[in-house]
Amino acid sequence: MNILDRYHAMEYGPAPEARNEADAWLAARDFGKALFIGGDWKAASGGKTFETSEPSSGKLLAKVSDASAADIDAAVAAATKALPKWSAASGYQRAKVLYAIGRAMQRHQRLFAVLETIDNGKPIRESRDIDVPLAIRHFIHHAGWAQALDKDFPGHKGVGVVGQIIPWNFPLLMLAWKIAPALAAGCTVVLKPAEFTPLTAILFAEICERAGVPKGVVNIVQGGPEAGVAIVNHPGIQKIAFTGSSEVGKIIRKATAGSGKKLSLELGGKSAFIVFEDADLDSAVEGLVDGIWFNQGQVCCAGSRLLVQEGIADALIAKVKTRMSRLRVGSPLDKNTDIGPLVDLTQLDRVKGLVAEGARQGAVCWQPDAALPSSGYYHLPTLATGVSPANILAQEEVFGPVLATMTFRNTEEAIELANNTRYGLAASVWSENVNLALHVAPQLKAGVVWVNGTNMFDAACGFGGYRESGFGREGGREGMFEYLTAKLPLGPIIKPATTSAQPVEQADGSAIDRTAKLFIGGKQVRPDGNYSLAIATAKGKLAGEVGLGSRKDIRDAVSAARACKAWPEATAYNRSQVLYYLAENLSGRAGEFTARLTGLTGATPKAAREEVEQSIERLFLYAGLADKFEGRVHQPPARAVTLALHEPVGVVGIVAPDTSPLLGLISLVAPALAMGNTVVAVPSERYPLLATDLYQVIEYSDIPAGAINIVTGRSAELAGVLAKHDDVDGLWVFADAETCAKAEAESIGNLKRVWSGNGRGLDWASDEAAGDAFLRRAVEVKNVWVPYGD
Amino acid sequence: MSSTIREADVGSSKVTPLPARAAANTAVPLDHRVARNPGMKLDLGFMESVRSVNRSALERRVASLTKRRSIKADNQAAWLLRAVACMDLTTLNSNDTEERVRRLCAKAINPFRRDIVEGLGISGETIRPAAVCVYHPFVATAVDALRGTGIHVAAVSTAFPHGLTPLSTRLQEIEASVRDGADEIDVVIPRGLVFGAKWRELYNEIVSMRAACGDAHLKVILGTGDLATLRNVMLASMVAMMAGADFIKTSTGKESVNATLPVGLAMVRAIRAYFEETGYLIGFKPAGGISTAKASLDWLVLMKEELGRPWLEPDLFRFGASSLLTDIERQLEHHLTGHYSANHRHAMA
Repeated sequence: MNILDRYHAMEYGPAPEARNEADAWLAARDFGKALFIGGDWKAASGGKTFETSEPSSGKLLAKVSDASAADIDAAVAAATKALPKWSAASGYQRAKVLYAIGRAMQRHQRLFAVLETIDNGKPIRESRDIDVPLAIRHFIHHAGWAQALDKDFPGHKGVGVVGQIIPWNFPLLMLAWKIAPALAAGCTVVLKPAEFTPLTAILFAEICERAGVPKGVVNIVQGGPEAGVAIVNHPGIQKIAFTGSSEVGKIIRKATAGSGKKLSLELGGKSAFIVFEDADLDSAVEGLVDGIWFNQGQVCCAGSRLLVQEGIADALIAKVKTRMSRLRVGSPLDKNTDIGPLVDLTQLDRVKGLVAEGARQGAVCWQPDAALPSSGYYHLPTLATGVSPANILAQEEVFGPVLATMTFRNTEEAIELANNTRYGLAASVWSENVNLALHVAPQLKAGVVWVNGTNMFDAACGFGGYRESGFGREGGREGMFEYLTAKLPLGPIIKPATTSAQPVEQADGSAIDRTAKLFIGGKQVRPDGNYSLAIATAKGKLAGEVGLGSRKDIRDAVSAARACKAWPEATAYNRSQVLYYLAENLSGRAGEFTARLTGLTGATPKAAREEVEQSIERLFLYAGLADKFEGRVHQPPARAVTLALHEPVGVVGIVAPDTSPLLGLISLVAPALAMGNTVVAVPSERYPLLATDLYQVIEYSDIPAGAINIVTGRSAELAGVLAKHDDVDGLWVFADAETCAKAEAESIGNLKRVWSGNGRGLDWASDEAAGDAFLRRAVEVKNVWVPYGD
Repeated sequence: MSSTIREADVGSSKVTPLPARAAANTAVPLDHRVARNPGMKLDLGFMESVRSVNRSALERRVASLTKRRSIKADNQAAWLLRAVACMDLTTLNSNDTEERVRRLCAKAINPFRRDIVEGLGISGETIRPAAVCVYHPFVATAVDALRGTGIHVAAVSTAFPHGLTPLSTRLQEIEASVRDGADEIDVVIPRGLVFGAKWRELYNEIVSMRAACGDAHLKVILGTGDLATLRNVMLASMVAMMAGADFIKTSTGKESVNATLPVGLAMVRAIRAYFEETGYLIGFKPAGGISTAKASLDWLVLMKEELGRPWLEPDLFRFGASSLLTDIERQLEHHLTGHYSANHRHAMA
């Protein structure tokens, strides 16, 4: 084709990115010694390797060391050895190392990008312009956190040795999201990249060698499931950070139950992309290109569900189709490629299977008329219309370039459809009306909401999910907490509850009989099973009987808590005043509660009075903090504000301890209420009468019905019911170790946020058993990105 | 109903096609002819439906657009030639003289050194700027210099660059330039009408300008650097097209901000919306500040991605440029020799 032909054709033609440097790098490596442990390059102890190949051709790239459990032991040992010195290093020293890593990566940016594209199949435009610069940004940003640690996180220290397992869709970027905050916090790391994409992590390890990262601080172990399992179960690891599928996330949650390991999970999604009738439709279409057709749709937060207002649906779909026909599918190393191959044949088969099933279930699947390259795992961009919420394409994460489309009639229905999913990672809201956009954003159950944008990420902004999209945040101040532990004053080891506290003597019969009931939905109700539990005084006399709550009572209590909108929607000032009023009313009955405590626990009147006074003080504290534990405004390097909102977790189950039975209960319930959660509380099994006395105070303190519900009974049993209830969002358990472990293990139905004392109580009387550490667990951080400019 | 951009169906149109004119560039193998936009009644409801323009999103689109497409080697040379073929070679200086204008016309007639033409293998075709753009006093000079070449003569008009003289004066100015032989008239709008949302008045003015043009092409300059918001750019574009503009054009080159890609994106989307509503293809002319070969490629990519291949022809796309041609010549020389070139190695205008 001569230049005149080209002048008439006006096609782009190929624009291949050179790969000679990357090929030279590949040729010069011994991938049989690819385990970076304690600063040395090692072969797998069993000598095993796995293959990584090029998705655009299927061609073998390297045979890479496949770490065994013994190699993980060695890596954890190296990380453990390096920990004391690294965690004791000054913030400045750690900052210098993070900075050096970031700068060294910058100097090898293009090699990183080309290797990533060769190994993963993502278009070079994306690895070059998005993945690699953002990875670098994370290291440079977190250098600052290393130095600001003492000032910004007083009372916190690094969690220790962390095990990190990352996926194949953003190999280097996910590595950066994991390693940068860990190093800033003074942790040492054992990181396992995905088998499909080991290469850039190897280059990163080489960078670490050159950048002066002390030996053993960063250990990178290549491997498959065996290595992953060994990391998750390793007793020498204090925290697991995982990004991947919800299925594996649940396995990890279960495996780490009772281990005391800190855990953050960044899992799947089925994110809504909501287009209102007053949106800039052309820009919304580009948003979809950046949303669902970014990285071939292999993005956990991909806007895979298009929800479009009925009146503009036809116009928008027409525009989407036109735009889809201009997407270029081809070699990922070509700078003009928009869509490269999927990562592997298994992934391609999975996507094809889901599309076929979606079509069988009634979806109309449309693809542009484009030729696919003859080799490689390519899938055309696909638009599915006529998708009902029940269709598999609306329900399941496809992890491919497939957009499922639904329409809505009004704002309320848009929100309902958007939230009609087990996931809760991200959402996009398109409207030129800021009133509408900021009305909708807080109502979406998603950890990240983009207004008039999509797939915006930054090291200064938190990223992470609600619901089964996982928990924990990566990036920003909120992300740092995942690698830090707060010092809380520990209490005694909690023994399993026994029935030995049964009263032996009857009451003397002088007082009028009182029936303590359950408190559900603002009403005193009898337990569904109509059994009671006798409660003894400290001296073994019958103090009273409480309802023996069962799974059905928990069910009713959770329903009541879920139905209560008045409390989460109340202003923080309003909640504050109600909690003050509760404190005021409790104060008015301080004498009665003191007597009850003395009678039940045998505490001296002085000690009992002290506990009551402290309970009132704590209510006062959280009443005052209700409107002060605020979110932040992050500053990403874009003309946008990112509002890190503190939102209530939702329905929180609280299993309160026997020690300090009034103060312990209030120490847990008050922060949860202050942040707008609704609560299902299981009070101390031994001293539940304090809680049943308390509901009388609650009843005349203007707390809306359902905001707090009290179910008395067997703590271990009720904790299990709460753990397995998939409409409970958070669960705080201060009980014996077995109950705590079981609650964690059984929380996987909906991946509720569990805070357990792991068999230890807290020293509830301590001033340190209150404050931000509690409030932080009572909120989800939602990052709402609001780009601006007119 | 698909909104895929199609070529206008001239056959069934009642509108007269643009007057047959000799092409500046030979053998344009177009399978379409552009039906002249007859305009439409001022439709405020339609304007309301296109007023949502999100600046941040447009900025993100153009930022990634220029990174998503890369044009290399022979294709790059071909695309740069295309930029020349879509060029209004312009001189709009207060010290212009007839001699200066004659030099510019000579450059337009013969834009490339002979070794470059031969090296690129393009001697079989004429590739040169589509028009020369001058102030009114030089129209006759340019017409004379360009006679028989097919290169159009464009006159900036209507109290360029501000548009702030009585309408009758401005219309007389158009008529004078048409009389002198200009077949393209670049008019400016009074920006105040946009700020005042005096859409009816703006519409009426442009309708009379179109009438004054007769057979000459009407290019409506919005002065986007003055319009403050992309929403204003979108609405003013729409009024201009409804009033019968053949082209909409960004800037005079005299505003403090000239043609920018976000502004261009808003305008080409306006063109697309107008096409979807009426079936008429409107031309686009970014002008001011486009002086590098690389920048010209970005604009061509914008046209191809947002509007498609028909908008890479001089009947639907023009650059208003003066120094761009020299930079393209330097790039073409580099393409042939592998040596980076210098301005003085190419004939000045």
